[in-house]
Amino acid sequence: MFSWLHIAIPPAPALFAQLLVGLINGAFYAMLSLGLAVIFGMLNIINFTHGAQYMLGAFCAWFLLNWAGIGYWPALVIAPIVVGAVGIVIERVFLRRIYQLDHVYGLLLTFGLALIIEGIFREQYGSSGQPYTIPPALQGAHNLGFMFLPNYRAWVIVASLSVCLATWFVIERTRLGAYLRAATENPVLVQAFGINVPRMITLTYGAGVGLAALAGVLAAPIYQVSPLMGTNIINIVFAVVVIGGMGSILGAIISGFTLGLIEGMTKVFYPEASSTVIFVIMAFVLLLKPAGFFGRAR
Amino acid sequence: MRGVAGGAASPNSVRLWTAGLILLALAAPFLLYPVFLMKALCFALFACAFNLLIGYVGLLSFGHAAFIGSASYVTAHAVKVWGFPPEIGILAGTAVAAVLGAAFGWLAIRRQGIYFAMITLALAQMVYFFALQAPFTHGEDGIQAVPRGLLFGFIDLNDTLTMYYFVLAIFLIGFGIIYRTINSPFGQVIKAIRENEPRAISLGYRTDQYKLLAFILSATLSGLAGSTKALVFQLASLTDVDWPTSGQVVLMTLVGGLGTILGPVVGAFVVETMENYLAQFGSWVTTIEGVIFVICVLTFRRGIVGVVAPYLIGGRATERISPQPSPQAAGLARDKIPTEAAGG
Repeated sequence: MFSWLHIAIPPAPALFAQLLVGLINGAFYAMLSLGLAVIFGMLNIINFTHGAQYMLGAFCAWFLLNWAGIGYWPALVIAPIVVGAVGIVIERVFLRRIYQLDHVYGLLLTFGLALIIEGIFREQYGSSGQPYTIPPALQGAHNLGFMFLPNYRAWVIVASLSVCLATWFVIERTRLGAYLRAATENPVLVQAFGINVPRMITLTYGAGVGLAALAGVLAAPIYQVSPLMGTNIINIVFAVVVIGGMGSILGAIISGFTLGLIEGMTKVFYPEASSTVIFVIMAFVLLLKPAGFFGRAR
Repeated sequence: MRGVAGGAASPNSVRLWTAGLILLALAAPFLLYPVFLMKALCFALFACAFNLLIGYVGLLSFGHAAFIGSASYVTAHAVKVWGFPPEIGILAGTAVAAVLGAAFGWLAIRRQGIYFAMITLALAQMVYFFALQAPFTHGEDGIQAVPRGLLFGFIDLNDTLTMYYFVLAIFLIGFGIIYRTINSPFGQVIKAIRENEPRAISLGYRTDQYKLLAFILSATLSGLAGSTKALVFQLASLTDVDWPTSGQVVLMTLVGGLGTILGPVVGAFVVETMENYLAQFGSWVTTIEGVIFVICVLTFRRGIVGVVAPYLIGGRATERISPQPSPQAAGLARDKIPTEAAGG
């Protein structure tokens, strides 16, 4: 039981391999917590359906490949649009009715929606995963001298970083983003200036959901496409969100990647704790900085 | 101050209903399958304990599985491996849940609203992963064949009927504690915190202490339910610590009626009955539970008891409970009223 006391320095390739795994996980944490933060900023709802929508993205890519023969690259565009459209329908039909209610109802409603989506997919596909092959252009690996870097994993890191930074740019540096931030602060005033705030809310939710779906497509070749993939990751992402705070877009990105790396490091030095380390960090952050690293105390 | 369902009922009708329900509970094992009843009673106590937080303090915990689950593991281990008698085993499990509740509550009350929900969920996942890896829980198998033993050394709990009345007694004790708590001065203060925390603070109440105490009480009684459940099924398994259990108790409370005293009991029986009949449909149960969640949130926020009780006990319109929240309700929408939140 106390075997963990004998910490050995692992060989360098194992260390780098785990760091890579951590970075990949971190990329997904970052993309998902980014989507959560964007949605929360506009809708004041914590989107419990986020994990299910990530799973939908992966399944959408899988359907496209197996039913329509449409490959990875088009799926990267089509799946987020399709799932985002589903999100827009959800916002129009369900979420719109509860904005005036207490926040917890938003949480309960999206939790219910997540149960529905996951129940349906579990009924159809069980708990086991469906394989999704890596696109031919990204197969193989590069030898970096100290480790082998699979091309697909490098692509995931690059792609998710670009998506995160692009989202940050849109929100913080463009006119559209200025409208968004203004509407987050004071929706009534922004509406009075002639901006269609309800439509902006709908589109924001669609975009946030699309981000989750995009993460799902990126994840499909790495993890298998499974109905449970969403719930497995979303619980961790919630902890990431608590640690980072939802006040800042950049904060969501940084804390996502950092915590992924920390989790990867833990897997090297103390594997038993790797599944709980993020929760433990969350507990300490709550003690020292209750609003989170990048959050605004409100 | 208020009656069973929060309406201003006459004391007589409340007494009549209470006596009727207890008689029904005493006769029930002759009419229905006792093991089902015991399971439903355990979940009813669990849901009542959960409701103490969401319904009366306005804190939505999404991690109550940690308390019911860890208590059931501890009781099962203590009774099976250490040979504790059942009553001490239950006390041990309940005590562990109380300690866990104190630690989680201490951390979680630092944030409100949805953050509180996410924090409790994350902490409960930590317990889940611990249970998954710790050797004494036996991983996927769980702790099986837990002996029920002799209560106080002479009452044989292996007899199903005896076990039923034992579970009923525990339920009534737990329910009584919750009822007394809600109707005590302490209960008035936590309701005040639910309605408007900044105002409660300005009146001089240390709301954090009240919230923490309510959280510990809720965790402890959830633990009591879990310990009892471990003896009923002679099993402690990962299902109890996993997050769907946390979701299920939310569903029970929501269906029965948030912030009503009998709502969680009704909700637990409804959900358990439903699971019983739907078990053959496999994963569709999850989907159906999701649909019920959505329907409840959109159109049925008062829950069964919240809607039905006023007619049954002849009270006036029910007390406003969190289902029709005002911006101040539950102190959860604090960020919408910045001038008041600044006081907190």
